[in-house]
Amino acid sequence: MVKEVMSQINRSAAHIITTILANKRVGQYHQMVFGIGDLVKSCRPGNFVAINVGGDSSRMILRRAFAISRVSESASFGGTMELIVAPHGLGSKWLCSQIEGAEVDIVLPLGTAFGIPTSPVNALLVGGGYGSAPLFGLAEVLKARGCKVDMLLGASTSAKIYAPMEGKRSVNSLKIYTEDGTMGELGRVTEPIKVLIENKAIDVIYSCGPMGMLRAISELTTDTDVVHQCAVEEAMACGIGICMTCVLPVKGEDGQISMLRSCIDGPVMDGSQVQWHLVGQVPEVH
Amino acid sequence: MSEFDFSTTLGNAFFNTPIFTASGCASSGKELAQFFPLRDIGAVVTKSVMNKPRYGRPTPRMAETPSGMLNSIGLQGPGIEAFLANDIPWLVEQNSRIIISIAGETIEEYATLARKVRSVAGISAIEVNISCPNVENRGLVFACDPDASRRVIDGVRRTIGGELPIIAKLSPDVTNLPDIAKGVVESGADALALINTVLGMVINIETMRPHLGGNTGGLSGPAIRPVAVRAIYQVHAVMPEIPILGMGGVSSGRDALELIFAGASGVSVGTASFGNPHAAVDIQRELRDLLIAKGFPSLKSAVGYAHREADL
Repeated sequence: MVKEVMSQINRSAAHIITTILANKRVGQYHQMVFGIGDLVKSCRPGNFVAINVGGDSSRMILRRAFAISRVSESASFGGTMELIVAPHGLGSKWLCSQIEGAEVDIVLPLGTAFGIPTSPVNALLVGGGYGSAPLFGLAEVLKARGCKVDMLLGASTSAKIYAPMEGKRSVNSLKIYTEDGTMGELGRVTEPIKVLIENKAIDVIYSCGPMGMLRAISELTTDTDVVHQCAVEEAMACGIGICMTCVLPVKGEDGQISMLRSCIDGPVMDGSQVQWHLVGQVPEVH
Repeated sequence: MSEFDFSTTLGNAFFNTPIFTASGCASSGKELAQFFPLRDIGAVVTKSVMNKPRYGRPTPRMAETPSGMLNSIGLQGPGIEAFLANDIPWLVEQNSRIIISIAGETIEEYATLARKVRSVAGISAIEVNISCPNVENRGLVFACDPDASRRVIDGVRRTIGGELPIIAKLSPDVTNLPDIAKGVVESGADALALINTVLGMVINIETMRPHLGGNTGGLSGPAIRPVAVRAIYQVHAVMPEIPILGMGGVSSGRDALELIFAGASGVSVGTASFGNPHAAVDIQRELRDLLIAKGFPSLKSAVGYAHREADL
């Protein structure tokens, strides 16, 4: 089975030049829309894209990875893709500075997608910071499958919450937590999760955000029946599986720990298999 | 210009075209196959494989630097048995030319690896990577020690006999590169791969510690291209008959041409593939167009062209 998967690495990926159709500032983030034509058909919630930054004379030689927020098809623009970009580093600042009509070199879609249940379940979507971006597209897919979709968003402060108005329509409930209490409840998203698990109110958790949050949720779901699918975040150089920099220690079905690439074996991984305590270390040689 | 001859040779190995992947920058080819047919380039040089499976170094393994990057992978890999069972048959099926790169911790491990590679069908050459900077003990970088370099190549040559060309991959982090190059050629290397990454470090100003999990890493990308050109030029000057597989920051056809003028018979594309999955085929096309535009009848006629006597 592993062999079959291996020969299909990056099987949906295309390397194209896209046009920026919209670039709007939303709080501390930029909501950017790109024309990607028929590639929308290969994009799944959880997939990501890798974008060239800085232009032809750039000293930044590596692509920047962004989770796909959502894709849609319209009569006027054809297939479009939305990204939520935080202008933190030089690369993302450059991208956010690009105007409508500008062309961008992009590779997409990449990585694994969130697993969608075949029958309706109670799903909890948990986003940290702009990690919430891919969860709204996921919520639409889950709702279409008849799932109950509740969402928890957390951040250090209100400006770092990404929760678009239209996104709220795709969930049954949305609760926001900030560590400074400037929006929603004071505290962290992990606190209500404990209660929801104890009350057997949820079957599956989908999460996206900082590694500390993903680890905390994995610890809460340990020894429970709740499935935890998390989209991980590791520094990547290539996004297509050739550089081996974005590895995480993951335990396989056979009990062996492997250093898996978060770009092709992720970003969506089974939280119970990621060996969170070994991240940043090297496992004992088997 | 259909008669233009783009072919090259490394030892007795013939390649239709002169652009290769660089070891450690293309895994075993499967990831790039989605972007171009692997048989369209000179050869796939596979990631340096060791005898046993290996986890490599802890994360973070990467830091972007101006026009370059540091990596600290530490030769993560499946080990030679799994590699030969899973990766090579697939590459052979693609009709790709293959150069297997090996790395060891001891002189004996290199010989063991060479013995296992010797009988594999469909291999064009073996790259002996004696210069990976990401090993626990920098004293183990064989390519920094002329005597150790010789002994590794000697052991591999004795093991595989005279058939398969040996390409010795050397480090630029030495005082006298031509001396080390001469030593490995005397010990039986048919060709040289120049250059491996340059040892470097980035300090994270937030944590105020080295950023990489392994502290040091190998610098690659356009930032090191002048180092590669210098290394190739120096070695070609003393051994013009020894083919060089040049690499180091090549991201365009003009970059590749610079290495060829310095003395490279073939050029590997490494870090450029991280930023552009089509880099190898793009560079190959650009190089061909440039050579034709400059009036060269063949790739070989341009090799070492920067060494010609001053025009009078």
